[in-house]
Amino acid sequence: MGSVNEIDFGTPPSTSENLVELVIDGQAVRVPSGSSILRAAQTIGAAIPKLCATDSLQAFGSCRLCLVEIEGRAGAPASCTTPVAQGMVVKTQTPQLAKLRRGVMELYISDHPLDCLTCAANGDCELQDMAGAVGLREVRYGDQGKNHLDLPCDESNPYFTFDPAKCIVCSRCVRACDEVQGTFALTVQDRGFSSQVAASQSESFLDSECVSCGACIQACPTAALTEKAVIEIGQPAHSVVTTCAYCGVGCTFKAEMRGEELVRMVPHKDGKANRGHSCVKGRFAWGYATHRDRILNPMIRGSIQEPWREVSWAEAITYAAAEFKRIQAKYGRGAVGGITSSRCTNEETYLVQKMVRTAFGNNNVDTCARVCHSPTGYGLKTTLGTSAGTQDFDSVAQCDVMVVIGANPTDGHPVFASRMKQRLRQGAKLIVIDPRRIDLVRTPHIEAAHHLPLRPGTNVAVLTAMAHVIVTEGLVDEMFVQTRCELDAFEFWAEFVSRPENSPEATQAYTGVDAGELRAAARLYATGGAAAIYYGLGVTEHSQGSTAVMAIANLAMATGNLGKPGCGVNPLRGQNNVQGACDMGSFPHEVTGYRHISDDATRAMFEDLWGVELDAEPGLRIPNMLDAAVEGSFKGLYVQGEDILQSDPNTRHVAAGLAAMECVVVHDLFLNETATYAHVFLPGSTFLEKDGTFTNAERRIQRVRKVMSPRNGYGDWEVTQLLSNALGSPMSYAHPSEIMQEIATLTPTFAGVTYDRLDALGSVQWPCNAAAPEGTPVMHVDGFVRGKGKFIVTEYVPTDEKIGPRFPLLLTTGRILSQYNVGAQTRRTANVAWHQEDILEIHPHDAEDRGIGDGDWVKLHSRAGATTLRAIVTDRVAPGVVYTTFHHPDTQANVVTTEHSDWATNCPEYKVTAVQVARSNGPTDWQSDYSSKARRSRRVAPVEPAE
Amino acid sequence: MNPRVFVPGDAAAAAVGADEVATAVAAEAARLGVPVQIVRNGSRGVFEFETLVEIETGAGRIGYGPIYPEDVAGLMAAGFLQGGPHPKRVGRPEALPFLARQTRLTFARCGLTDPFSIDDYRANGGIVGLEKALRLGPAEIVERVKASGLRGRGGAGFPAGIKWETVARAQALQKYVVCNADEGDSGTFADRMLLEGDPFLLIEGMVIAGLAVGASQGFIYVRSEYPHAIAAIRRATAAARATGLLGASAGGGSRAFDIEVRVGAGAYVCGEETALLESLEGKRGQVRAKPPLPAHAGLFGRPTLVNNVLTLAAVPFILAQGADAYASLGHGRSRGTLPVQLAGDVRNGGLFETPFGMPLAELVDDIGGGTLSGRPVRAVQVGGPLGAYFPRTLFDTPLDYEAFAARDGLIGHGGVVVFNDTVDMGQQARFALEFCAIESCGKCTPCRIGSVRGAETLDRILAGERPEANLAVLNDLCEVMAAGSLCALGGLTPYPVRSALKHFAEDFGAVPRAAADVS
Repeated sequence: MGSVNEIDFGTPPSTSENLVELVIDGQAVRVPSGSSILRAAQTIGAAIPKLCATDSLQAFGSCRLCLVEIEGRAGAPASCTTPVAQGMVVKTQTPQLAKLRRGVMELYISDHPLDCLTCAANGDCELQDMAGAVGLREVRYGDQGKNHLDLPCDESNPYFTFDPAKCIVCSRCVRACDEVQGTFALTVQDRGFSSQVAASQSESFLDSECVSCGACIQACPTAALTEKAVIEIGQPAHSVVTTCAYCGVGCTFKAEMRGEELVRMVPHKDGKANRGHSCVKGRFAWGYATHRDRILNPMIRGSIQEPWREVSWAEAITYAAAEFKRIQAKYGRGAVGGITSSRCTNEETYLVQKMVRTAFGNNNVDTCARVCHSPTGYGLKTTLGTSAGTQDFDSVAQCDVMVVIGANPTDGHPVFASRMKQRLRQGAKLIVIDPRRIDLVRTPHIEAAHHLPLRPGTNVAVLTAMAHVIVTEGLVDEMFVQTRCELDAFEFWAEFVSRPENSPEATQAYTGVDAGELRAAARLYATGGAAAIYYGLGVTEHSQGSTAVMAIANLAMATGNLGKPGCGVNPLRGQNNVQGACDMGSFPHEVTGYRHISDDATRAMFEDLWGVELDAEPGLRIPNMLDAAVEGSFKGLYVQGEDILQSDPNTRHVAAGLAAMECVVVHDLFLNETATYAHVFLPGSTFLEKDGTFTNAERRIQRVRKVMSPRNGYGDWEVTQLLSNALGSPMSYAHPSEIMQEIATLTPTFAGVTYDRLDALGSVQWPCNAAAPEGTPVMHVDGFVRGKGKFIVTEYVPTDEKIGPRFPLLLTTGRILSQYNVGAQTRRTANVAWHQEDILEIHPHDAEDRGIGDGDWVKLHSRAGATTLRAIVTDRVAPGVVYTTFHHPDTQANVVTTEHSDWATNCPEYKVTAVQVARSNGPTDWQSDYSSKARRSRRVAPVEPAE
Repeated sequence: MNPRVFVPGDAAAAAVGADEVATAVAAEAARLGVPVQIVRNGSRGVFEFETLVEIETGAGRIGYGPIYPEDVAGLMAAGFLQGGPHPKRVGRPEALPFLARQTRLTFARCGLTDPFSIDDYRANGGIVGLEKALRLGPAEIVERVKASGLRGRGGAGFPAGIKWETVARAQALQKYVVCNADEGDSGTFADRMLLEGDPFLLIEGMVIAGLAVGASQGFIYVRSEYPHAIAAIRRATAAARATGLLGASAGGGSRAFDIEVRVGAGAYVCGEETALLESLEGKRGQVRAKPPLPAHAGLFGRPTLVNNVLTLAAVPFILAQGADAYASLGHGRSRGTLPVQLAGDVRNGGLFETPFGMPLAELVDDIGGGTLSGRPVRAVQVGGPLGAYFPRTLFDTPLDYEAFAARDGLIGHGGVVVFNDTVDMGQQARFALEFCAIESCGKCTPCRIGSVRGAETLDRILAGERPEANLAVLNDLCEVMAAGSLCALGGLTPYPVRSALKHFAEDFGAVPRAAADVS
């Protein structure tokens, strides 16, 4: 078990294709022009001493250790800031350079505590390394001089400390905050010897604008910024490369371990999704894996009134299997089903749908993607031919115009947001279409060219109005449309969007978007160069979610913004493996690779390999399952890694459905809210405890590697396998790689995917097959997957969820940076330091009308239900719109959301709920009842003494 | 026309009561019922006579000085308005030896004209250079600047024409001309005098520069410690805009050029061109590493011509009178004139513009007239706080970039500060390090930590603490700072330190043999 070591080349790579040849220490070297001498030297293993340089940051030239001598040039230029030149002759080691470097190190050490042996960075300190490298033998300045040794350490952040006494003011943290993260929270305060790194206006790190992404710690060459875990545990001994289990960005991390103990997660430079960056969740919020709330033993109970009883795995599996069989015998084969998780691996998801189709013998399998990105699948398949985003993340670096609609990347997809911000700071233009003034609208060194603050629920009208402008103002990319798209469909669509009723001026009345601003935005999108649309659940979670996705695809086709870098249609996936869960066939109507279950050839392929007959009829979607349960025809459910009670809309309806079932098996890390209604609890494993793959928002399949044994005993794939075996459908996979082998056999787009290839390449983007053995970064390059692109008419149909005298405000929901979805994980980490409860954002006008002030308790009331939470008065939301997050079960924001859903996919309309807000002085009846019920339900009976 | 009385409005004159003098002249004239027109001209730079009040007569301008408010009534009574006799009558100012011995190209108009009258400027030879430039076109302007031999007057002495050519050749939609008026060197005041006394000259120079390099926007970065200069240059740019010298067709040509005046925030290091650019961009004044050169990627990442006030102000003459007229003056590779600023303990302090080549001794003893205190001259520091201290044995050094460099000195911005024999050179060396410590931007290690450690080490030496060992440490440190610093602040701080150690060893307690070995 070794550590994964990364070479630091000192300065970022040059993208130039021109090679320059020079001589360094007598050795000829060819590097791209624009490379620094420092980088060129490193490529031949001539490591020049350095402290302020690191290859994730632009050269800075402050430490003055990397000085070199260049033939024909006076003095000793810094090799980090000096670019190579043809024929240059460089010496990196001379007596004079050695003297200068020792002199510089002597200065550094004259203001540095000499406590290396007891320092947390001992063994992982560049200052220490450099002192050795330059041969520093004495510090002749004495110990009476001015110094920073007594400065207090800032321990405010829950995850790391800032010890200014150990800071060498190299500005790497400041530059990382600026260049990599783009938050600009850090600065150097004062000047000269008093220069000191400061967070915001010399505030504590916790109170500052710092978002705890960890980039500064990553960049720090000393112990000035150190993870508290390293201080407590010590330096890691080995590391394993794996993939983050939070959002759909899919960051690659090195899990740095000591034995089976995780010391820290460090973003991996070779990660193609994150390029060495991270956010507060992936980097720090993994403590839930060992949280005391985690359930490690299987439990069963006869009814949900009873306390839980801990049992052996064998008993739990046998019991669950027997219950499912009993229910099917009594109520029919279709009375049970399963839900797969976007949190679990591809292999686990695949197994659950396989188990449902083979052991349950029906197609009642659905995934939590139902409630997030199912419209993406439908919309993009219909228009372009494949249910996935068209680009890789790297594409954003070539984007000229970014449209962000219904997404809040800086909170929901922070690492990708940082890459967007890098491009925006280079001058790309930004259009934000969102009811709320998300951070991207105006953030340091970035300002959206246009923010269209539309009324929730009017996406389709706004997107169609943009199409109106593009078509009627002659901005269509005729060549692209002629050669790449179905012309009849285009003509039909063009005629439709051109109608006066679709003009910005006509739609302004109900979208609330200024017509002039919309026209300008549409022109910018159509004419501003490579234009990319990035969207999230603010597009999909509507009654016209699928329509909006198609409207987005229409815009991209009409302007030729597909099939090349810098543009495309890019869904920002919510969870780590939403893409994968969908790819893996966990839909009632589709098997892997989005092939319909009614297709005989497809079914035959699976039947041959699985040795069972498959039902040709699609099964039940999640909402159908719950409806059927309330009606009495659906009685048993296996839920892997999803908390439908908290995450699905209209909580009371979900609760009623679950309560009506006879066997609910919850397979999860924690006794989640759904488990309140469960009869069997199977402990789940974390991403740290199993092998597998996740597929991120850019179709990138990445390895999840086991770094510790499952504390609950089994990886989730093993549990599903046990259950399937007990149900009489044998599975005998010895390792998840064998599952992937089966997936590859059965799925044309995955045909070339093997663990060996993933290990060799780091990751691949599907389609990966004979035609594209190393995967496909950008799709639809020469033609669309469906052949010709198809324009779809997108008529705006207002949602039935309407405001009126009783419910005059529109509620929309979203995420916050520090918490993740239902919060099951992040609430069990120190991330609660930033977000302890869900808060309702309300505009000052609406607050004034209702006598609501900052911090007041308010009751949020809809047709579906009511909840209470605290309010904050802010003009981030428009008048008439309120906003909250849904991370906390105490709030249960979904008590108020309704049963409305997307017409095509049943994706719930989370983003539009008519509500009323009033001052309140306590929790609603539902909250009190639920809270006591959940408390009761979580009781575990004491273990009986052994006989 | 009413008789014109000239009372300098310059800050140096104001510091000795010029404003009160002007008020007194107006009041006295009113009392006497004599109509006068008071012109607040720039300073002539002969500080011995400041406030130098002048009256325009048929026989030219007649000066009286130094005039204090209480002198005014007597002056009027003595027929001053007709150039009448008075104990403080100095005659025609041009005839004063201090002025007569100068070759005023850049400062030709300073003190002569109303600084804010574009007509006055034009009537006295202004705008001729710009008019020629407009006819020449960019490449030819650059050629003339190159041919003139003009070198950057900010201190580095880099050939201006080469810099102009680099910016002119850079491909970009937007380029900038930035004037460095962050005159922070101790003992210097030429930039300020020009900003207050002849601001249109700088503006004209910048418009020409804009034409030459293809920039449409200029910035003048003035230090905040110069409130008079800031007000003056703002008033002048407004006047220039009103008369079409600046604007959509600057100077009546086909190209646009405008100037924005920006004020520093009290950091010496912002006189360093890259720190200045950072500050102009609204950031902390921190030095940038070069490359990229500002000429390629300067202000907001665009090609930027950064020149000192005196460099830009030399250009109109070159265009108007020809490159040869400028290049014919000077010494060695240092062509044209240098506006020397005489300060410190010197009898004839002021602005003395002279062709390169004058030996230091002539400047100090002859022009400067020795010390004001009457004590012997012990040392002269040329080039600001980071310049070397020269003992009398080096006074034969001619004003010439290369000649000074050969003796481990520098000309810098042309400031000459004279010290008498009471100076403690140990303290002066310490001051250099302390100055560096206070003004360091803090970016590079040698300057940030080295300056502090240097002062501490020097304290030990001066206290007689292991002097030889500590001198070795100080010498090593000077080497690291000189070779390793990111910019000239840290890089030049060893100049005053080493020169003091070398030439004035006796002031450091022991005879610093180690220091003598340095050079």
